[in-house]
Amino acid sequence: MYAYDELDRTLINERVEEFRDQVKRRLAGELTEDEFKMLRLQNGVYLQLHAYMFRVAIPYGTLSSKQLRQLAHVARRYDRGYGHFTTRQNIQFNWIKLAELPDALADLAEVGIHAMQTSGNNTRNVTSDQWAGVAPGEIEDPRIWSELLRQYTTLHPEFSFLPRKFKFAITASAHDRAAIKIHDIGLRLHKNAEGETGFEVLVGGGLGRTPFIAKTIKSFVHGRDLLSYVEAILRVYNQYGRRDNIYKARIKILVHELGIEKFAREVEDEWQEMRDSDTALTLDDAMIEDIRSRFSYPAYEKLPHMPEELKTAAHDPLFERWRKNSVFMHKIQGYAIVTLSLKPVGGPPGDATADQMDTLADLADKYSFGEIRVGHEQNLALPHVARRDLPALWKALDKIGLATPNVNLVSDIIACPGLDYCSLANARSIPIAQELTRRFANHDTANLIGRLHINISGCINACGHHHVGHIGILGVEKNGEEFYQITIGGRADENAELGALIGPAVPYGEVADVVEDIVEAYLALRARPDELFVDSVKRLGVEPFRERVYATR
Amino acid sequence: MPLVKGEKITDDTFVHVADDAEIPADGAILISSARFLENAEALSQRAGRTGVIWPNSRDVDDLVPWLDRLAVVALVFPTFRDGRAYSQARLLRERFNYRGELRATGQVLRDQFLFMLRAGFDAFEVKKPADAEAFANTVKRYSVFYQPTGDGRMTTLHRRMMLRHSESANP
Repeated sequence: MYAYDELDRTLINERVEEFRDQVKRRLAGELTEDEFKMLRLQNGVYLQLHAYMFRVAIPYGTLSSKQLRQLAHVARRYDRGYGHFTTRQNIQFNWIKLAELPDALADLAEVGIHAMQTSGNNTRNVTSDQWAGVAPGEIEDPRIWSELLRQYTTLHPEFSFLPRKFKFAITASAHDRAAIKIHDIGLRLHKNAEGETGFEVLVGGGLGRTPFIAKTIKSFVHGRDLLSYVEAILRVYNQYGRRDNIYKARIKILVHELGIEKFAREVEDEWQEMRDSDTALTLDDAMIEDIRSRFSYPAYEKLPHMPEELKTAAHDPLFERWRKNSVFMHKIQGYAIVTLSLKPVGGPPGDATADQMDTLADLADKYSFGEIRVGHEQNLALPHVARRDLPALWKALDKIGLATPNVNLVSDIIACPGLDYCSLANARSIPIAQELTRRFANHDTANLIGRLHINISGCINACGHHHVGHIGILGVEKNGEEFYQITIGGRADENAELGALIGPAVPYGEVADVVEDIVEAYLALRARPDELFVDSVKRLGVEPFRERVYATR
Repeated sequence: MPLVKGEKITDDTFVHVADDAEIPADGAILISSARFLENAEALSQRAGRTGVIWPNSRDVDDLVPWLDRLAVVALVFPTFRDGRAYSQARLLRERFNYRGELRATGQVLRDQFLFMLRAGFDAFEVKKPADAEAFANTVKRYSVFYQPTGDGRMTTLHRRMMLRHSESANP
């Protein structure tokens, strides 16, 4: 956990007071809606179909139990008793009142949580691997750098009015759980030949109506130069990114139009100039160590890998089913990372009630050194569970509906809020997800299918990351009716790829049937039981799946 | 439109001269970049003080040869949502060491004052009188700054280093 110091605390309190003043001026008519809109967006406040929506940042996906309890409090006190975890390590509340927002922000600030820049054309919440600091084989904890970037990008005087939103993601593992290749800047931490920490910097990834996988702009930027290099990229983008057309304003379009080589040269020129004239951005070891020292790590015990409790519980098939699905290897022997599915059968993906959050906070205190993680798949995790505690934890999680054993399986669906909440949406996402979780509710079938990610977006803005779903579902509107385009073969990890369209869009009522057909085709076509769906698509192409789906339609 | 300098509302001694109007030999004037660049050598040597309104779509590099002879560079925010002039301001101040007046014009609103100040602006043509009056209080909203700019405010990283230093010096 990163512990705020007095300076961090002062800044978020000052931010709350500023926003309180802005809301007051808006309610008094001193600010027009046009003037206020950007200010509220920069504090995470959208106007949705039915009410204001409030998006709160969970930087790099790390939460303390105390913070989670405060999120539960906000859900209860200012909203309708639940929150929705998003694909970018944020939580959203859907029914908040404008006049109460400053108080909600003040309550969150008490525990070091803010909503700064969770929306608007600025640098957004810095996201990272939800297993940061505990994943086996990780090079080092990427959250140190995430926090440095969080601070650097917060209220940046030069980059608060960029052409469009700007998102960072960082990973330090070979397997990318942070989806860095679909971010404006993706950072892969690695070491050079001298053993020094630095980053491969990728730029220009993003989804939306013109999706791109990020390209490498520099294969090694030394850690001490991270901020200056990022500043060079942001400065080039701020000056030359398109502002004439909102749909062409993301950095991916600038990179695409200039070409990565020319864009890289522009950045390099700017960076060299900055390095000559200004050393203030260079991080020295003491500064990095100071941030590192504010992260606390649990005092792990020396524990066996196979404690008696686990051996006994192994006789319970339900426990075993959950353990095999949701429990992952920890870097410390005797401990485990436990993923908590927020995808119950028939439920909206990513939602958690205030009661679930409170109980989970208690369980985190009891079993995970008071720490909880949030991942971009819209699930939660307990990052430091002693393996001997797994049976007891499972029972407790099951009681509050957080032990659905479908992590990474076909019903572990990513979905945006869609037309049920969002003013941009063309079609519903949540009911499609709910229907699919019912279709694939049988665990043995889902397990037989294996790893399969379905991502659903209710419009071309792609908040549900449909382009990079193994199966992607995109809602569109045709003559006033909801239709869905379906893609296959997308992925968001280190081998990120955009999915390919399988054929004409299908009406709302047929989506689940089509997905079932695709899955059946896969089961018939896969080379071996352990060939994943996405690998079969890679090997075979779209055609055999297209045939199967459209033969009878 | 009130002009704020040194945190106070002041009289604007510069006269905006339109592109088709005659340029007076003396007196302080503000002219467009196009007008200025047509005849930059002569204009930068006129008796009166000269300022240029520089658009946010043109590199400030083109202005660099004349910077030490300009009294004002006015950068433009066509809307407050267009942030290009923040980069231009920092480049003028921090890279090209421009020391004259750096004026924010266009949709200059209260809630961006501090960003502008931090980017190097020191004069503000403020859209709304109430915002101009609130200037001094508004720029005191924050006491903590995460990133270095040319304004000299100490960043958190440096403050923490100093705190550590003083802690270790006084055990």
